[in-house]
Amino acid sequence: MKNILILLVTYLISLWSFSQNKEQDSVKITNLEEIILIGHKAALYEKEIKSLGTVDEFLQQSSKVDMIKRGAYAWEPIINNMATERTLITIDGMRIFGACTDKMDPITSYVEVTNLSEATINSGQEGGLFGSTIGGSIDLKRNKSTFGENQWKYQINSGFETNNSQKIVGASLNYRGKKIYVDTDVMHRNANNYKAGNNSEVLYSQFNKINVSNTIGFKYNDSKLIETSLIYDKATNVGYPALTMDVSLAKSLITSIKYEYKPLNSNIKNWETKLYFNTIEHKMDDTTRPNVPIHMDMPGWSETFGYYSKLNFTKEKHQVLVNLNSFYNKSVAEMTMYPNNPNENIMFMYTWPDVRTFYNGIFINDDFIINNNSTLNVSTSFGSHSNKVASDFGLQSMQIFYPNMEAQKVRFLKSFGTKYKYVKSAFYYSLGMAYSERPPSVSEGYGFYLYNSFDGFDNIGNPNLTNEKAIEASLSFGFEKDRFKVNASTSYFSFFDYIIAITNPVLVPMTIGANGVRVYTALENASIFNSSISSEINLSNAFKYNIQVSYARGKDNNNDNLPFISPLSYTTSVRFNKNQFTTELSLRGNAIQSHYNPEYGEDKTPSYAVISINSGYKFKFQTTSFITKVGIENVLDTYYSTYADWKNIPRMGRNIYINLNISL
Amino acid sequence: MKFQLKKTAILLIVILAFTSCSTSDDAQPIVDELEGLTMFTEMVNDTHAIELYSENSGLSQGYNTIKLRIKDKVTNTYIQNAQVSWMPIMHMAMMNHSCPKSEITQMANESNLYEGFIMFQMAQNDTEYWDLKIDYTINNVNYTVSEVIDVPASDKRTVNSFMGTDNVRYVVALIEPNDPKVAVNDMTVGVWKMQDMMTFPVVDGFTVKFDPRMPSMGNHSSPNNVNATQTSAGDLYYGKLSLTMTGYWKISLQLVNAENTVLKGEEITDTVSESSIFFEIEF
Repeated sequence: MKNILILLVTYLISLWSFSQNKEQDSVKITNLEEIILIGHKAALYEKEIKSLGTVDEFLQQSSKVDMIKRGAYAWEPIINNMATERTLITIDGMRIFGACTDKMDPITSYVEVTNLSEATINSGQEGGLFGSTIGGSIDLKRNKSTFGENQWKYQINSGFETNNSQKIVGASLNYRGKKIYVDTDVMHRNANNYKAGNNSEVLYSQFNKINVSNTIGFKYNDSKLIETSLIYDKATNVGYPALTMDVSLAKSLITSIKYEYKPLNSNIKNWETKLYFNTIEHKMDDTTRPNVPIHMDMPGWSETFGYYSKLNFTKEKHQVLVNLNSFYNKSVAEMTMYPNNPNENIMFMYTWPDVRTFYNGIFINDDFIINNNSTLNVSTSFGSHSNKVASDFGLQSMQIFYPNMEAQKVRFLKSFGTKYKYVKSAFYYSLGMAYSERPPSVSEGYGFYLYNSFDGFDNIGNPNLTNEKAIEASLSFGFEKDRFKVNASTSYFSFFDYIIAITNPVLVPMTIGANGVRVYTALENASIFNSSISSEINLSNAFKYNIQVSYARGKDNNNDNLPFISPLSYTTSVRFNKNQFTTELSLRGNAIQSHYNPEYGEDKTPSYAVISINSGYKFKFQTTSFITKVGIENVLDTYYSTYADWKNIPRMGRNIYINLNISL
Repeated sequence: MKFQLKKTAILLIVILAFTSCSTSDDAQPIVDELEGLTMFTEMVNDTHAIELYSENSGLSQGYNTIKLRIKDKVTNTYIQNAQVSWMPIMHMAMMNHSCPKSEITQMANESNLYEGFIMFQMAQNDTEYWDLKIDYTINNVNYTVSEVIDVPASDKRTVNSFMGTDNVRYVVALIEPNDPKVAVNDMTVGVWKMQDMMTFPVVDGFTVKFDPRMPSMGNHSSPNNVNATQTSAGDLYYGKLSLTMTGYWKISLQLVNAENTVLKGEEITDTVSESSIFFEIEF
């Protein structure tokens, strides 16, 4: 609370100071949201160190994003040290919900690098454009052509990684014309088990994935555009070495149709309306694992219909964004256990009791240009959120724990935030305050005996949970001049009714060998503090030095540590860039995890540091251009795991990769 | 975009499905007394045929709800307002005994059906059998009919017959749930004591403690069960049974008297995986 007060006071003083100094001039809004560019928009993949890395690897570059790893595949993004429940991940504004009760299929696992052009990362309440969030949001932007003179482009992408024999093969075909564009791409990845440092094989870490994507844009006059988009993604035989179960199938179909209106010479800059539908099927089972006490299947399904209509307009010194959005999601998951005695009936339960979530909300953002140097941003959102248990079987199951539970629960969500930004010559800073709320996730509200293998407890949802609320204060300042850039940012989230699973000693676990049962409960308060500092120095035209250090703390109402909070972490690199050749040497590491909580299954993860080198070369042969990327990750073959590795599953050891992109 | 169209169509259908109201059918169907019942035997004497019905295909060891009607063989009509009683007898090698049973009452005025229950605590076997004697009075004339009936063993244990620590022989039987669900099930248990070979009165004021477990799944239990107790003397015992998933459940029992003394049955602990008295449910 003290920290908040200090920030609040600083903030009010700064508001007062700028209000004394009103100048009439227009200034370009400096956008402090973070954007990571992926893929081949504006030929950016040429600059990426690993052009065919996974989406997860790209996102991880952000100082605000980290990844919880349960194996080599489908890492779970965490933003500001908050995982899926507290964040919002969208693909071009579309809400998509994973179908796995064990969070083995984050949205990011259903796309490919080649589908995407960039990821917009918004920290905290600012991320509320497409729904409620506390920690922030990632919007993955689709890759697409623009209209122009008739042109066909073909591209072949292929790669190989030695550590897990990962083979990457893909192709893309892009057509553009004056009225239409069509982008299609296919990508296939296949990997065996990976080896941690010291050549120790990590069993059940293989995966196989195919992704097909298509976008068609049609312009029927200069200001109106219709675009359809489709992503089909199918992963099979995916191992999760940190868990007791693997995935035989994770399949998604993500579709949308968009209408965009971009009038010329109007206050309306852009008006975009999209209708979307996506369906996910996720089959988790343990048939490939030997010696399990009982075999089980845990399939899940998630379907979402939705729309948004987003309007951008300017009025005098205001740039306003209004987004109306709505979605309807159906989440079902089952568990079937097969008794060792074949004459016995199978054991069946709904782990997600066919929960229908219906959300309707509005988000309004106003960037107000105060003067040459300062802008004030104000944003707010309101939404109604309803959960309904559609299965009688599922409802009766939940009523074992909550006899008076109703099938439907309606709640209202709101958020409010304001940020002041000041830029003067090379110096800038921003100050923000926000309040945000989020509803419990399907698992938190309605999960039925969901086993968390990290802490070893069966988790039971709680339909009576109130909204989780947070007050957020953020501060960022930086300096940018010639060859030197530095930025320091920090955010502090003070939570009320923080949702976490707490042990209920009376309940008996269902899972064989589980430590007990936890029920999702709202802690009176909790807090998360994030900070990072990054700097870039151009040593010469060819040499560039980068460093990024972050640190976070998370505490619950008893001042005990929250789980999955990053210890001090750093990355630093030197890059050499000349003509068509780049090479980079980088060091990445964490300090020892001294603020851990054994109650949540954590231990004191030791510090680590790994070195990687990579280089890229671009050349042309007649009309064909080649981009080659070669690198060695974890050069010293260090055996390590991090705070975010599920049950200390070791990370990949030495890995040599080669990526080749050929454009015809 | 074929997919798109298809999904849009589905969306429209879903919206229509959600918005269109369903109207309930107001027409009351004619009540068929025999709906859901199966005649499993017909007992015949010179004047009447007694038709015996159950909701299952016949009788079995354990608690049986039985419905019957009395047909006049001459007029082919069913007799109402008769006074009916019954006596099931087990014929064993060395002795005969009866079992807990209810009175028989006409189900409603104007109804042809009479109803009661019999709780067979043991099944027939190659040499031992049950017979059923039904006595009934119509217009002050007494009639009787008696026949051997078929009482096969039940698949799952629903009856426990045992000697309590107070040297009284008790019979504890599972009556409900008949159709168990993954839910909090209403549980009905009958508790009788054997006063003599032919008399099995209801025991009053006891508690049937129970603990449902899944032996195939680490012997886990379920939460929020409520022990079975009586609401009034002479009544059956009612409790709440939570079943958290389908499959095979073993419900360990303890019979506790009004003084809170355990007369039979053990508590489940790390070393005791089941009680000596239990019910089985599989669904």
